[in-house]
Amino acid sequence: MDNVTWDLKADKAVKLIKEGKRVDDRALDQYRAIEIKKNISENAEGSALVKLGGTEVVVGVKMVLGEPYPDMPNEGTISVGAELLPLASPVFEFGPPRPESIELARVVDRAVRESKALDFKDLCIEEGEKVWIVFIDLYALNDDGNLFDACSIATLSSLLETRIPKLEDGEIIKDEYSGKLKLSRKPLLCTFSKIAGKIVVDPVLIEEKAHDARFSLATTEDNYMCAFQKGGSGSLTESEIDQCIDTAFKCAKQIRKQL
Amino acid sequence: MAKKEEKIEYVKNGKRLDGRKVDESRSLKIEAGILNRADGSAYLEWGQNKVIAAVYGPREALPKHIQNPYKALVNYQYRMATFSVPDRKNPRPARREIEISKVCGEALEKVIFVEKFPNTTIDIFVEILDSNAGTRVAGLTAASIALADAGIPMRDLVAAIGVGKAGGEIILDLNKEEEDAPDAVDIPLAIMPRTEEIVLLQMDGLLTKEEWKKALKLGLKGCRQVYEIQRATLRKQYEAAEKEAKVGEKGEREKGEKVK
Repeated sequence: MDNVTWDLKADKAVKLIKEGKRVDDRALDQYRAIEIKKNISENAEGSALVKLGGTEVVVGVKMVLGEPYPDMPNEGTISVGAELLPLASPVFEFGPPRPESIELARVVDRAVRESKALDFKDLCIEEGEKVWIVFIDLYALNDDGNLFDACSIATLSSLLETRIPKLEDGEIIKDEYSGKLKLSRKPLLCTFSKIAGKIVVDPVLIEEKAHDARFSLATTEDNYMCAFQKGGSGSLTESEIDQCIDTAFKCAKQIRKQL
Repeated sequence: MAKKEEKIEYVKNGKRLDGRKVDESRSLKIEAGILNRADGSAYLEWGQNKVIAAVYGPREALPKHIQNPYKALVNYQYRMATFSVPDRKNPRPARREIEISKVCGEALEKVIFVEKFPNTTIDIFVEILDSNAGTRVAGLTAASIALADAGIPMRDLVAAIGVGKAGGEIILDLNKEEEDAPDAVDIPLAIMPRTEEIVLLQMDGLLTKEEWKKALKLGLKGCRQVYEIQRATLRKQYEAAEKEAKVGEKGEREKGEKVK
C-alpha cells in the first residue's frame, strides 16, 4: 500500500500537468535522458544496460538450441521474460510472475516479433529438428517509471549486439561465434500516460501513479506500427491516439540515433 | 500443415473466405441470466466462439490487505477450457490468459461505479468453451451483459469487437484462418458506446497510420452493432422478468432479489 506522501506527490503531478508542466520540468512530449551501455555480460550472447532518467534495466539475450513447433518446422522463435526484481522497488516481491511483469514481457515480445525484424526462418538449423530459440530476459533494477520503454530500448540494443554461437556436429562450441543476429528493422516502444486529459510521453513513476490510462505503441523506422497496448482503467479518444502515434514516430526516430 | 507458398486470396470479389463481406461480423447471440448461483451471468455465441461469463459481487475483498478503501476491485479472470482449442490446452493459466484478464478488467473498471463499493471485489469469470479467433472481445462483450444482469451500476455497457487486416484488406471480426494470414494484423477493440471512448485497445502486426484510421472506423461501426445486440438482449431479459412478475409472485425469485 502506498502512503500519503505518494498521494500528495501524485496530486502535485496532476496539478502541474494541467498547467502543461511536469514534475521534472520536461515538455509533455519529451523523453528523459537515455544512457545505453552495451555488452555488460560476457556470458550473454547480447546484453545492454539502459538508464532512462532514474529508471534502470538490464536485458540479456541467450541463444538456446531447441525443437521447432510442429506447425512451424522451419522456424525458430523468441521468448521474452521479465523479472521485476525486489531490488528495483519496495513493492516488487520474489515469487511467481505477476500480471504486471507478464504484460511487460508480452508487450516487449510483440514489438520485436510483430515488426518481423527477425526472420524466424533464419533461426532454423535443421528443419523439423533443431532451431535457435532466442531468450530475451528483462531485469528491472530501478523502477522510476516507464519500464516498458526502458526494456524495449535495452532489448533492441541487445539484439543488435547478439552473436550467434558456433555449432559443430549440432553442438554449441563455447566462446566461439559464427556471426551476428540479423535484424531487418528497429522496432521501439513509446509509452504514454493520460493524466487530467493530457497525454505525456515517458511517464516517471509518480506520473504513472497519477495516470488514468496508459498507451504503448511500437513503431519502426519504415513508418509502420507493430504493436499497441492500452492499460489502466481510463479511456482514450481517437484524437488522443493520433497524438500518441505522431509523437511515437518522432521520439523513436530520435532514440534510434542513440543505439 | 501444408504451407506451400500458395497465395490465398482473403477477399475475392468483395467476399471473404467464409462468404462474409469485409465489414460483416459473424453472427452474434447473447443470453443473459443463464446461471442461477451467480449474481449475474451471460452466454454468448459469436460464430464458432462460445463463452460463459459470470459475475459475483460486489462482495468483501479477501484477504483484507487487498481491499481498497476508495473503490471496488475488478477481478476479471479469462480462461480457455482445455478442449476449446485444436490441441488440448494446459489447464494452468497461460501468460496470454493472465495478460488478457488484466486488460479486460481495466476496460470494465472504467464503466463500473467502483467508487460506490469500497473494500469490495467484483469478480468476473469468463470461460471460453469453443474458440475461433476473437475470444477476448467475445468474453468482454459477454461480461458486460453479466454485470448488467447482476444489477451492478454502470456508466455504460462495454461493446467489443476484433478488427484487422488479412491479404492487404482491412476487415471486421477476423476468424482464425484470417488471423493466420502472413500479413495479418489483429486489433481487439472495446468502447463505451455512448461516448465512443476506447477502453480496450491492442494491436499486433504491421500497420500504417492510414490503415489504422480505416481499421478504427470499421471497428467502431462493429462495436455499435454489437451494442445494439447487447441492448436487445437486456431488453428481452427485462421484459420477460416483468411479465413473469405480473403473472404471479414467481417474478421476485430471481430478478427482484438481485436489485438491492
